[in-house]
Amino acid sequence: MGGYWSGILAILAINVIFAYGIFLPVATGQLNLGGAGFQAVGAYAAAYMSYTYDWPVALTLILAMVVTGGIGFAVAFPILRLRGVYLVLGTFAFAEVVAGLILNSETLGGAIGLPVPAFVDYEVPVVLAALVTLFVFYLMATRFGLVMRAVHDDEVVSDLMGVSLRGVKVAAFAVGAGLCGLAGGLYAHTFTYVEIQAFNALVSINVLLFVLLGGTQTAFGPLIGAAFFTLLPEALRVLLPQLQASVASLFGAAGDMRAPDDSWRFVILGCVTVLMMVFRPEGLVTRTLVERFKPRRRSGLAAAEASA
Amino acid sequence: MMPPLLALQGVSKSFGGLEVITDVAFNVEAGGRTALIGPNGAGKTTLFNLISGVYRQDKGSIALSGEDISDIASRRRIGLGMARSFQNIRLMPHLSVTENIMLGQQARAGSLADMLTPLSLFGRTKWRREAEELLGRMGLDTYPGEVVATLPYGIRKKIEVVRALAASPKLLLLDEPAAGLNPTETAALSDFLAEIAETGVTLLVVEHDMGFVRSLCDHAVVLNFGRKIYDGPTGSVQEDPDVLEAYLGRRNRNEDAAASAREGIHAA
Repeated sequence: MGGYWSGILAILAINVIFAYGIFLPVATGQLNLGGAGFQAVGAYAAAYMSYTYDWPVALTLILAMVVTGGIGFAVAFPILRLRGVYLVLGTFAFAEVVAGLILNSETLGGAIGLPVPAFVDYEVPVVLAALVTLFVFYLMATRFGLVMRAVHDDEVVSDLMGVSLRGVKVAAFAVGAGLCGLAGGLYAHTFTYVEIQAFNALVSINVLLFVLLGGTQTAFGPLIGAAFFTLLPEALRVLLPQLQASVASLFGAAGDMRAPDDSWRFVILGCVTVLMMVFRPEGLVTRTLVERFKPRRRSGLAAAEASA
Repeated sequence: MMPPLLALQGVSKSFGGLEVITDVAFNVEAGGRTALIGPNGAGKTTLFNLISGVYRQDKGSIALSGEDISDIASRRRIGLGMARSFQNIRLMPHLSVTENIMLGQQARAGSLADMLTPLSLFGRTKWRREAEELLGRMGLDTYPGEVVATLPYGIRKKIEVVRALAASPKLLLLDEPAAGLNPTETAALSDFLAEIAETGVTLLVVEHDMGFVRSLCDHAVVLNFGRKIYDGPTGSVQEDPDVLEAYLGRRNRNEDAAASAREGIHAA
């Protein structure tokens, strides 16, 4: 496999894990716009241990997950008191605080960043992404998953049904933070360098977009969302010049020989995003869509109604 | 003597300066079917919210089986044997029928092991089987996998009652279960609730439809402007002068008297 595709595959795998980290709180109705902050914590934890103490990759990844999950757990208690747009701003502010702290830390390399001696090839993120995907599908099939979706739909009723709202939200937020940390650790070892500019607000926005546009009702959503939005810009990189050439030939021109302007890819990406919000406001993959592909379990009466 | 299943004493509740429940006291005896009625805005739903713990009363006490539950968090009350439905259907729209019922079991299945066991990944667990059996007993087994948002109103109304039943409550609080149903559906619901009551579940029902109340309930408590004005058998509720006044205004001998009554002069 060429270096280009293995690179894409590694980014895709990291993005899938990252998206699941944001999906878990979002599935309980808590928008997390601090993804880059959690990813940065994981990336720097792994990078620091690898750079300073030469820890093996397996240990740095576990540490990245545990540290970020722990910080997510601690932050969840105050931050989940916020609701709606205030929660979004709160998580966003958290990411800014993390970035500020790292930028001013000599130990973590400040603005220069840290090199990561241990490199991992694409297989590691791909295998871990598969494991994380299985884990999230499992989690969503448990009663915990049921309760997460219930809290998303109606908090008052969930509470009266005996659900511990805070317990569910904090657990989803902390486990999600742990997954963001794992994605960060993998990022560090894949790119062998961490600098805080890589974990900016745009990263937080993008990963939240993966989840919201992929669909928050089932575990398929983030998978599809991350895959779609990671691969679309790459596909456009190939397709856009062809598109330009064919448009040019329509007008009789012999084809535009200029190098394709890279920013057009993001224009198209933005348009696709808007279109998806208009036509699939609940995300690309919804619960009803998944049900449609399952074997029918309706019996007599409903079938009779359908045929009548 | 056995304490009543539910006992309210001197319960009051204000929102801002407006007192919506004033010194309400009544008992719901175990095994009974009690109706809570009153004109719009009388405070019936507020009382339900106080009993289920959505709000806390300012004064007075609420006791379940003789134990004061005023300081018990709303989410723990269902575990004590009290489940409710809502005036406007509040099923989880993105969950299937069976999943909504399984949510109703939550108070009995909150342990960590229960939370982390898949409900359907490797065959049906006991919780899913129990939910499907309950739906079957209640004649709702045609729609187990359907997402609730797509189902007809009458069906959703029934599912909400079954969800509350899934908690195996001793006391079932139903907030206008017949609202929005046609006469056929209302009659069917009345039979359905009577069957539930036969199994030993005590009912406390908020309802406007007096035909429904008379066919289902043996006892009635009437509220007006947040005060209790009647507490007795359902049979004589419509002869009670206070109740008539609450619903119809003062009884008058002739039209002139009615006019003067509007001006605040006692004519009756």
